[in-house]
Order: sequence, then C-alpha cells, then structure tokens
Amino acid sequence: MEAFGLLLHGFAVLLTWKTLLLMMVGLVLGIFVGVLPGLGGPNGVAILLPLTFTMDPTSAIVMLSCIYWGALFGGAITSILFNIPGEAWSVATTFDGYPMAQQGRAAEALTAAFTSSFIGSLVAVLLITFLAPMISSFALKFGPPEFFAVYLLTFCSFVGLGREAKHKTVISMSLGLLLAGIGMDTVSGQLRMTFGSTELLRGINFLVAVIGLFGISEILLTMEERLALRGHAAGISLRVVLSVWRDLPKYWVTLARSSFIGCWLGITPGGAIAASFMGYNLAKRFAKDQDSFGKGRIEGVFAPETAAHASGTSALLPMLALGIPGSGTAAILLGGLMVWGLNPGPLLFVEHKDFVWGLIASMYLGNVVGLVLVLTTVPIFASILRVPFAAVAPMIVVSCAIGAYAIQNAMFDIWLMLGFGVVGYVFKKIGIPLAPFTLALVLGNRAEDAFRLSMIGSGGDMKVFWSNGLVGSITTLAIILLFWPLIDKALSGATRRLRPAKA
Amino acid sequence: MSNTDIEIVVDDPTAPEANSPAVTSNRVVDAVASLVLLALAVTLGWDNWRTGAAWDATGPEPGYFPFYLSIVLGGASLYGLLAAIFSRKEASEIFVTRAQLRRVMAVFVPTVLFCLATQFLGLYVASFLLIAGFMRFVGKIAAWKSLLTAFIFTAAMFVTFDIAFDVIMPKGPLEAALGY
Repeated sequence: MEAFGLLLHGFAVLLTWKTLLLMMVGLVLGIFVGVLPGLGGPNGVAILLPLTFTMDPTSAIVMLSCIYWGALFGGAITSILFNIPGEAWSVATTFDGYPMAQQGRAAEALTAAFTSSFIGSLVAVLLITFLAPMISSFALKFGPPEFFAVYLLTFCSFVGLGREAKHKTVISMSLGLLLAGIGMDTVSGQLRMTFGSTELLRGINFLVAVIGLFGISEILLTMEERLALRGHAAGISLRVVLSVWRDLPKYWVTLARSSFIGCWLGITPGGAIAASFMGYNLAKRFAKDQDSFGKGRIEGVFAPETAAHASGTSALLPMLALGIPGSGTAAILLGGLMVWGLNPGPLLFVEHKDFVWGLIASMYLGNVVGLVLVLTTVPIFASILRVPFAAVAPMIVVSCAIGAYAIQNAMFDIWLMLGFGVVGYVFKKIGIPLAPFTLALVLGNRAEDAFRLSMIGSGGDMKVFWSNGLVGSITTLAIILLFWPLIDKALSGATRRLRPAKA
Repeated sequence: MSNTDIEIVVDDPTAPEANSPAVTSNRVVDAVASLVLLALAVTLGWDNWRTGAAWDATGPEPGYFPFYLSIVLGGASLYGLLAAIFSRKEASEIFVTRAQLRRVMAVFVPTVLFCLATQFLGLYVASFLLIAGFMRFVGKIAAWKSLLTAFIFTAAMFVTFDIAFDVIMPKGPLEAALGY
C-alpha cells in the first residue's frame, strides 16, 4: 500500500505543535463563521484566506481546510438549537433536530449531528486517500484535448443537471468565463477587454469576486430577514455522548446510505445541499413509520448531516486529482493553491507529495480534533449569537475589504468587491446560480489554454476531441449531459408511447 | 434540563414589517439584469472582434474564445429577457419590500462610505468609523460600547495583519502622523 505509507508520512509532517495550533485556530474560526448568520463556509474561507498568504503552503491549507470543517460543524449548532440553519445544507437538519431540542433532547441531537458529520467526512476522506492517487496517476497521461474535455464535462453537467433555469446557469457560466479572460492573454501576450484601463490589466481576481459575491451579498441578504431568535444552549455531558454512540450501530444502514449519496453528489457537482435533502428523504422513505419523521427522530439528524459532510469533503477529490473543484468552497481552496504557486491537478501528487499528503492527513486529524472541540464547547459558541448583528455586520464588511485588498494590494479591488457584492445580491434573488460563475472564473483561463493548445496541436481540427477512445467518450458524455433534460424528456415520452402499445 | 443550560434570547426591534409594500417585482429586476448582461455581451463581443476572433497560422486568435462566449452570453440573456417578460410567476414574486430595502440600504450605504473613506483615510481609520458609527446609529448600541468595540477590533486587525502577518493595508494621514 503506497498510499498508506505516504499518509503516515503526511501525519509526520503535521504532528508539530505549530500545525496543531493552527488547526485549532482554524477550527474555532470555522465554527464561529458557521454559527454566525450571514457567513458560511465559502465566505469564511474567502475572507480568512489573506491571513495565510505569508504562511508556507502546508500550514496554510491545513488552516483553511480546518476553517471549512469548522464551518460544516458550526452550521448544525444553530439549526438544532434555534431552528436557524447557519448554512443551506443544514436546513434538512432542522426538520428533526429542532423538535428534539424542544423536547429537551438538544444534547442528544447535537451529539448525533457531530458524530454523523464525523462519520460522513471520514468515509469521504477514506475515498480520497485511495481514489485520488489512482485518478491522478491516470490523469498524468492526459494531454490538452483530454483536459479540455474534462472541463467541458464539468461545465456541461452544471447546465444539464442543475435545478435552476437552464438559461440562468448558462448566463452565470459564460459570464464567469468571460470575466476570467479579461487582461493579458496568456498565449499571445495581447490585451483583451481592458478598454484601455490600467486597473483591468491585472484581470479580475477570482478571490476578490468571491469575497464580494459571497461575503458582501450575504450581509445584504441577511439584513432583509428578521434576526430575532430564542432557544437554549445545552451543554453536552459525557453520559449523553456515550449513550448516543452505543446506539450508533443500529443506524448503520442510514449512515452508509447517506455517506454513499454524499460522496457521489460531492464528486459530481451536485453539492452538499442536494445531498443533505436526498439523505433525509431516502431515510424517511425507507423507514417503517414515516410519520415519526419531523417530530424529533434521531435518524432525521443522522441522515442529512452524514450526507452533507460526506459531500463537502469528497468535493475536494476532483480538486486534488484533476484540478476541478466539486463545490464553491473547493473552488476557493483551489484559488488559494494558485496564490501559493501550486498548480492543482495530477502533477500535484508527483511534485508536491508533502503538501498533498499533509492535506489529506489534516482531513483525518481535523475531523477528530473538530469532533472533540465541538462536543466540549457548544454552549460557548451558541452564546456568540447574543452578539448583536449591528456589531457583527460592520466587522464582516471590514474583514471582506482587508481580504480583497490583501490579494493584490490594490484599492481598485475593494471597489470591485463592492460591485460583485451587488451583483451577487441581485443574482441570488432572481435565481441566477453563483456556483457555476465561481467555477468558470477559476477554471476559465485553464480551459481556454487547454482548448487553444489542442487546436494548435491539431492544426485547427475540431476532430481532435474525438481522436481517441478516452477523449472521445468524455466529450460525448459532456454533450449528452448538456442536453440531458431534452434526452430525459424524449426517453420518458417514448416509453409512455410504447407502454399503451404493449398493454 | 441540566444546570449547564443557558437561555439565549435575541430580539430584532428594527426587523422589516411583514406587510410592507413591494418596491418592485422579480420580473422587472430580471428583465433589467438581462438587458445589462446583453449590453455587456455586445460590448465585450465587439472588443474581442476588434482584437481578432478568427484563426491565424498558429491557431485561434486571442479574441476567439471570448468572442464566442459573448455570443453565448448574449443569446442566453436575450432568452432570459423574453422569459422574464412573459413570466407570470416572476411577476407575482416580490423582489424586495420597502421595509427590507430600507434595511439593506442601512448596510449598503455605510459600506460605500467605508470604501470611500478607505481610499482617503486608510483602512484602519475607515474601519473604526464604520464599526463605531454602524453600532451607534444603526444598531442603537450605547456610545461607549460602540467606540470600545470599534477600537479593539481595529487594533486587533492592525496587529494581526500589519505587524504579525506582514500583510500591508492602505494607510492615510493618521498612520503617517504616527510614523507607520
């Protein structure tokens, strides 16, 4: 087992006091971010990214990924105690978690949520440990046409499989790809779409856009809501933890099913939100007494939390192995990798072994430390909600501005961030999805380079995308996925027409 | 209930009323956004055509990829414009009510002022003004609490970024007077 040896080496890289300390700091910041309204996983990572600019890449990624795990844990606290999902993916947790808290079983529900989060992530990390090196060594054989085909597959699956209106996904994606092209053209060195502005020469930085789109716009959206809340912050005693854990084996089917759904949806761009709802609905459908769901059933907490965490974690698999993020937060981590001069993709496993295995080891360690941390400190974090939003909101604005400025030391970027904040606010309200935009912005240049290099290689012949079995099947799959809604309709139409004929 | 329980109650006295009249519908905003995107697509498309969107001896010219993307964006926004105009569902959806808009502006306007202040006074002074002002006048929090919070937060940011992590922020006359 080569992976196992490398993983042990990864642990050796991590087990220093400095890294463990950074891990704790990251987790605490992450839980903080997850508990606060108006902030979430992607925002937190984007805002805190500048802190890591001066660290070495391994410490930086450990801290950032711990912020991410922390945010995943933190979302569950507010859902269960206050019926306020801190994150979209914890909405399904409120269905049974809040009723449990009302019945005075808050500690039980929280333990269930944290434990299942831990299990979900663990399954996904195991998957990453063994699958990522295989995929990346396979992907080492990829040339530009294969890479372009994989990018195409990612974009097409967003359009074909997304639940938003198709034209809105296309708008979001093409806008992202266009904005990524602003500035100096990497192949010819010519300027594009700068309209003579020196500020646009640098191009539109991905992280600046993300801080605006997620950070600023989220504050504007939060202000529209009523921000009152009422609830109890329960401490968790060891006795409750042990009694929940003793019952755990009874629910192994639910846990396994949700882990599987989560991993699957995390790798394909389905996302943690879809995974949590699907996990919950399937657990309900397969249960003997479906009516008890929604009234405080512990399985109703296990199912969505396991799926959400499995999906959030496995979204890092395509990012590490292929350089294609499976979620918004993974896209931001990818942006971070580029800032530190690491080129995400299959070569990462060859050129930066320490880094990759350090990251994978930090996923194991971060989840264990995180579980212990949240189980012991819930009441403290719950009381963060007492801080009035009028104090939190301006601090978030300042953090966003610091983040945006620090990336390129440009005042222009602060204005750009503000602009993207308004764009994000409007887009979210009229249903234009932001995830394809983020993904397109971070992958745009690489997709274009892959396309142009394949064109140069083939002398301008589009047939290069069907030149061998591998690239041909990826491209064909991409096109099928793009038109999937039409194909699906045609297929179901055909079967409907066939069935009466048989009868 | 065990004795570790803490009751947490947070009120929101300035919450937007539920029955506030709508300012505009989703249809109007969707149509306007589609128009703006269409205009952007035309502008970028034209610029890329000027840069060169054809093929030359070495392969596609720099404008090729973005030019066709502008066409995709333009097409999708045109479709979006028509879909918004003929959509009954969006016409009935409220984009924002007057009370909500007032609250959103209560954050947005100070944020714009903060960006302006950052440009002229530096980030730290602007941040102190934003936090203290926002807490005092929007959040109606006691003046001493607002000033103290703003000072502690700003100082913490200064120590973390400018001193500990060497991430240099824009500075203004006050920092210059203090010798930074």
